[in-house]
Amino acid sequence: MTVVLDYEAVARRLSEKFPGSVVESGKSGIVVKSDRLRELAWFLRDSSEFGFDYLANLTAVDYLDYFEVVYHLVSLTNNHSLVLKVRCTDRDKPVVPSVVDVWRAADFQEREVYDLMGIVFEGHPNLKRLLLWEGFVGHPLRKDYL
Amino acid sequence: MALKTEPFILNVGPQHPSTHGVFRMRVTLDGEVVVDVEPVIGYLHRGIEKLAESRTYTQVIPLTDRLDYLASMTNNFGYVLAVEKLAGIKVPERAEHLRVIMAELMRISSHLMAVGFFLNDLGAMMTPVLYMWREREKIMDLFEMVCGQRLTYNYMRVGGVSHDIPEEFLPALERFVGEMPRFIDEYEQLLSQNEILLARTKGVGVLPRAMAINIAASGPVLRASGVKWDIRKADPYSIYERFDFEVPVGMVGDCYDRYWVRIQEMRQSVRIIEQAMKRLPRGEICIKLPKPFRLPNGEVYGHIEAPKGELGFYLVSDNSIAPYRFHVRPPTLINLTALRDMVVGWKIADLIVIFGSIDVCLGEIDR
Amino acid sequence: MTLLEQFQDWLGGISPDWAAYVIAGVVGIVVILGFVLTLVIVFIWYERRLLGRFQIRLGPNRLGPEGIFQPIATAVKILLKEDIIPERADKFVHWLAPIVVFTPVLMVFAVVPLDKGAVLADLNVGVLYIVAISSVSAVGIYMAGWGSNNKYALIAAMRTVAQIVSYELPVVLSILGVVLMAGSLSLTKIVDAQNLPFIVMQPLGFLIFFLGALAEMNRCPFDLLEADSEIVAGYHTEYSGMKFAMFYLGEYGHALAYACIVTVLFLGGWRGPVLPPFLWFVVKIVAIFSLIVWLRATLPRLRVDQLMAFAWKGLFPMAMVNLLVVAIEVLWLVELLPWVVVVVNITLAGILILAWSRLFVLGKGRVEV
Repeated sequence: MTVVLDYEAVARRLSEKFPGSVVESGKSGIVVKSDRLRELAWFLRDSSEFGFDYLANLTAVDYLDYFEVVYHLVSLTNNHSLVLKVRCTDRDKPVVPSVVDVWRAADFQEREVYDLMGIVFEGHPNLKRLLLWEGFVGHPLRKDYL
Repeated sequence: MALKTEPFILNVGPQHPSTHGVFRMRVTLDGEVVVDVEPVIGYLHRGIEKLAESRTYTQVIPLTDRLDYLASMTNNFGYVLAVEKLAGIKVPERAEHLRVIMAELMRISSHLMAVGFFLNDLGAMMTPVLYMWREREKIMDLFEMVCGQRLTYNYMRVGGVSHDIPEEFLPALERFVGEMPRFIDEYEQLLSQNEILLARTKGVGVLPRAMAINIAASGPVLRASGVKWDIRKADPYSIYERFDFEVPVGMVGDCYDRYWVRIQEMRQSVRIIEQAMKRLPRGEICIKLPKPFRLPNGEVYGHIEAPKGELGFYLVSDNSIAPYRFHVRPPTLINLTALRDMVVGWKIADLIVIFGSIDVCLGEIDR
Repeated sequence: MTLLEQFQDWLGGISPDWAAYVIAGVVGIVVILGFVLTLVIVFIWYERRLLGRFQIRLGPNRLGPEGIFQPIATAVKILLKEDIIPERADKFVHWLAPIVVFTPVLMVFAVVPLDKGAVLADLNVGVLYIVAISSVSAVGIYMAGWGSNNKYALIAAMRTVAQIVSYELPVVLSILGVVLMAGSLSLTKIVDAQNLPFIVMQPLGFLIFFLGALAEMNRCPFDLLEADSEIVAGYHTEYSGMKFAMFYLGEYGHALAYACIVTVLFLGGWRGPVLPPFLWFVVKIVAIFSLIVWLRATLPRLRVDQLMAFAWKGLFPMAMVNLLVVAIEVLWLVELLPWVVVVVNITLAGILILAWSRLFVLGKGRVEV
């Protein structure tokens, strides 16, 4: 059974290793600051206690005040999972660092989030629209699109 | 004297006999050797995620049918599992067993189609396809008995299944399950040691183990590369813990291994169906949901082992009758991340074979 | 004296010589054309039904009893279609290509003996004529690929040249084995020399020739020129209407031509014990064609570099060895002990094929880019 790690405990551990990176640890995941995302990602992937080598899902939600990018991480070796979230409050130009070099699974999924939500992932080598055609204006999955 | 050569770009376009749907690849070729490949998708984008935000939870089920339209039952299964996980609903036993039977039948059907068309891409001219479709027709007849549909079933509901099985279903299913191992043996005998198949697929399009994990491949693609990760065993959902089955794992991660893993998975599915059939209890098939059905505030990520990989549904609910956010984790889109690495250096013929061995379905790539 | 020459002489008695020549020629051509086109139509029907049976389905059975009018319906449909020419195609080449592909196929039948003395032109270099003429269709296919202004067709055209040229060699070498044993290049004399059909005397030669002929005809498992799953339709992607009909008929005509050649060279042509000779000929052709369709229904396709490797590293050395052995036998053995030759050749074929299948592995083919 894939163990869902206790968010409080993980948040504490991450805070002591990277102080100030965790914003909150609610009952649905750990919210971290977007500028600390990459070093957390490397740590989560390469450390043996966590070993999150499998990025199962990367998606984004439009809560009207902010965007939230959700990462579902799984460790195949330790068989536990974690939910990581990053918030982004700027609605005109939301920018989140890309984790493509940590988990290549993020490649197409970040492109899709950019396409449908408009969140720019900086550091992504090929951030083009994926599902809609190149001349499309707008980002359909936003709540204010239609 | 060195010849001056120039690579040219070929569009293996949306309309092509072998792209399993409307999938386009811009291939840069140097003679016959593939130098670069760029997948272009979106020809079947229907906006399912946005549509789901204005439909009730039960009305989303037919939308999920049309994701991977060759394996609708498992799409339904994944979605209702996610909803039930968030709502905390316990499904009656009879419904659980029926769901497992349908899901495994769907797995067999999807793999039959995948292997058949893999061999069609290799050039075997529809003969393996038609042999495998003989069995697939029996499966479709079984499904038609239960829910009246042959392709997009809309069978599962939040809290159970929609129709109970008629009396002629179980004898037909027993007959099918009794004959199927013999047919799988026939396919293996005709195909697995075929010289030309071995020459075309052994060692071709290798996906190394580390890369498979890094790109979050799943399903037969991941297992062929040597990673023993099957959600039915690693994170069991529904009643899969009660069944005794194995998870076939390949060694190298080439096209032949992906083909072989699918054939072995079909055998294991037959085993699961036999066990589920024997233990099928009596009882009701669906619990009554309150009308209007609202999910509590929160979010959930529910994933199942669909035939093509890990199909996940991410639902965010704000206590209204429609989901606030509905996201599908498409296994085949993520499996395609490594297409370029698998294909570069091989020839055009191999491009088609490698792409066929990943077994994509455009419905879920484009949503 | 062939039947046609006798007819010509008879006509020469009642009309001037040039008229006799012309009339006899025209009659001969009409008979041959009728034979070829009828058999092509029958083969189209036969292939589709047989392929259907291999694929556990019925095949066409709606038009006429057992679907025998299906090929006619197909022909009518193709003729009624619009002839689309791509805008930037090379018009002259595009127009000429089907003709260049189809005509040599018809010309091959001029030297095939259908019955004792029933041959249009008893050339004493019949084999040379066949080999030369059948290579011309390769040029036609290349023209079709080039003139279509389509990258898929171009890829097919490139593959064509490579494939047909490389398979010429084993084909010709195995024919040479037959020629040595028969002692003549003329097809009628080769048939006459087959007291024991050459398939028994030279099994390896037959296998090599058959495989090489499959490749020359672009038939499965060597049909990468029209590989439906990779390059859409290969060299005839951009053809429709009558021109496509010529390619289509040309493909079956090719199959028929090679079936006839195999029959004449290896199976003893029209020789056979009880039935009339023409019937034996047709039976043998249908048997070879069934074998061709069987291979099409069951085997996947080879990749182009594997195909070339098979020709150059597999068939060609075996063909050389076969030729050498046959030459030695013809020098010393064949008049004296034909059955010894048979046994020696069969064991040799077995040994060579086993040895080659161990040593020669179709390579992987990944290129560092």
